[in-house]
Amino acid sequence: MGSKINKSYYGYFFIAPFFIGFAVFGLAPILYTLYLSFMKWDGFNAPVYVGFANYTRLLHDSFFYQSIWNTLLIWVLSNTPQLILALLLALILNEKFIRGKHFFRAVYFFPQIITPVTLGVIFSLMFDWQTGSINKILMYLGIVHDPVNWFNSPWWSRLIASAVICWQYFGFNMIVFIAGLQSISNEVYEAASIDGATKKQTALHITLPLLRPVFLFVFITSVIGGLQLFDAPLMLGDGPGNTSRTMVMYLYETAFKNFDYSYGAAVAYGIFIVVMFFTAITARASKLKD
Amino acid sequence: MAKVLTRGILYLFLIIVAATCLIPFYSMIITSTHTNSDIARKLLLLPGDQFVDNYNRLKDTVNIWRGFGNTLFITVISTLINVYFAALAGYGFSKYDFKYRGVLFLVVLGTMMIPGQLGIIGFFKLVNSLNMLNTYWPLILPSIHNAFGIFLMRQFADSSVPTEIIESGRMDGYGELQIFNRIVLPIMAPALATLGIFAFIGKWNDFLTPMIVLFDNNLQTLPVMIASLKSQFTSDFGAQYVGIVISVVPVLVFFSFMSKRIIDGVAAGAVKG
Repeated sequence: MGSKINKSYYGYFFIAPFFIGFAVFGLAPILYTLYLSFMKWDGFNAPVYVGFANYTRLLHDSFFYQSIWNTLLIWVLSNTPQLILALLLALILNEKFIRGKHFFRAVYFFPQIITPVTLGVIFSLMFDWQTGSINKILMYLGIVHDPVNWFNSPWWSRLIASAVICWQYFGFNMIVFIAGLQSISNEVYEAASIDGATKKQTALHITLPLLRPVFLFVFITSVIGGLQLFDAPLMLGDGPGNTSRTMVMYLYETAFKNFDYSYGAAVAYGIFIVVMFFTAITARASKLKD
Repeated sequence: MAKVLTRGILYLFLIIVAATCLIPFYSMIITSTHTNSDIARKLLLLPGDQFVDNYNRLKDTVNIWRGFGNTLFITVISTLINVYFAALAGYGFSKYDFKYRGVLFLVVLGTMMIPGQLGIIGFFKLVNSLNMLNTYWPLILPSIHNAFGIFLMRQFADSSVPTEIIESGRMDGYGELQIFNRIVLPIMAPALATLGIFAFIGKWNDFLTPMIVLFDNNLQTLPVMIASLKSQFTSDFGAQYVGIVISVVPVLVFFSFMSKRIIDGVAAGAVKG
C-alpha cells in the first residue's frame, strides 16, 4: 500500500496534457472571444473598448432573432419525426422474429457517418429545381406539371434542411433506443406476462417509463447538437430572405464573411445563452415528469 | 393470418426506410456516370459511361485526391493523438488516487457541455497570433483534449485494467509512464479501437475549422473542397457528382467492414453516458 500512496501524485502528470490542451485551445479562445465581444475590432487595427455596445446591437438585431427562430423551427421539424421514427424502428427491431437485424441497423445508421457537408450538397443537387431528380420524379408521376422551385420557398427550404438532419441522425437515435431497450431485463417482461399484461400495456407502462434515462440522453444531445446546426444547412443556402439561416450560419457569416469579428463574438455568446437556456428547459422538463 | 399480415407490413416498413437511406447514394453514383445534358434533362436510373470524362474535368480544376490525402493525413495523426492522450488521462483518473481527483474529473465532464462554436473567433485569433494559420497544427493539436474519450477510457480502465498488474510492473522496476506504455496500453486496445473509430469519423468530417484556418488550396481538406464544388462547377453537374462519389464511396467501404464495431461502440457509449 505504501508504494501506492507515494505514487498517487503521478496522476497529475497523466491528466496534465488534457488540462494544458484545454486551457490553450479551448478555454483561452472562449475567454478571448468574451474579451472581443466588448471591443470594436475589424481584424486590422487595434481593438477599441466599446462596453456593451455589441450586446445592445445584438438585442436589436432582427437577423439574429430570425436565425434563432429558423434554428428552432428546423430543430422541431427535424427532431419530431426523427425521434418517432427512431423509437418505432427500435421497437420493431427489438422484436425477436425480425430477421436481418444487423443489416437494417447498419443501413439506417449509415447516413450518420457521411460528411454532413457532402449530404448538404447531395440534397441541394437532388432538389435543384431545373436538374434535380426530385422534380423529375414528381413530373414523371404526374404529381406536378412544372418543376417546383424548392429553395425559393421559405417553408420548403426549412423542410429540406430538416429532412437532411432527420435523415442523417434517426439511425443514431435508433441505436441508442435499442441499447436502452436491451438494458431492460427480461425478468420485468416475464413478470408482466405472468400478470397477464397485453403487449400494448407492457409497452406503455413498462417499456416507455424504463426508457426515461435514454430519452433524457437523446433529448439533451439533440438540443445541444440541433441548435448548432451548420454544415449541411450551409450547403443548402440561406433561403429566400434568410429564412433557413441558422444561428451558427449567422455567426460564421458575421465573423468570417463580413469580418466583423467583435460583433461575431457577441453573436457567439448570444448563441451560447440560447443553447444553455434550451438545455436547461429540457433537463428541467424531463425531471418534472418524474 | 393476422400475424403474417402484421409481420409483412413491418418488413415492408423496414424495407421502405432502408431504401430511403440508400436511394440518394445510388442516385448520386448513377448520375455521376452521365453527361451534363442527360443529367439536366432525364431521370437517370441506370449507369452510363461518362464517369471518366466527368472525373477528368473534375481533376483538371480541383486536386481532389490531394484533398483526400490531406484529410487522411490530418485525421490519422489527430486520431492517434486523441486516443493516446485520452487513454493517458482516463488511466490517470482511474488508477491514481490524487487530491481533487473527483473535482477535476467533473471539470473534464463539464467541458463537454460547452458548445463547439463558442470560442471559434478567439481560436482563429489565437492561431493567427501563434503564426499557425494555413498550417495543420490548429487542426491536430486540439485533439489532445477530448473529454468524452477520457470518460470512455476511465470506464474501461476501472473495469478491465487490474491494479495488480501495475504493482507487478513497479516490482519489475518500470517507471510509471513505462508501465502505461508497455503494460496498460495493450490491455486497453479494444477501448482504443472504439474511441479511435469515433475520433476518426469526427475528424474526417470536420469542416468549419479547416475552412477558416487554411487558405492554400493545396493544403485544403476534402469536406472544404466538396463544399466549394458548387461554386466552381456551376453548371457542370457531372463533375460535382464525381466529387461527391469520391467523398462517399471510401466511407461506404470502410463502414461495410466496420459497421458492427461502430454500432456496438455507439450503443455502449450511449448506455454509459
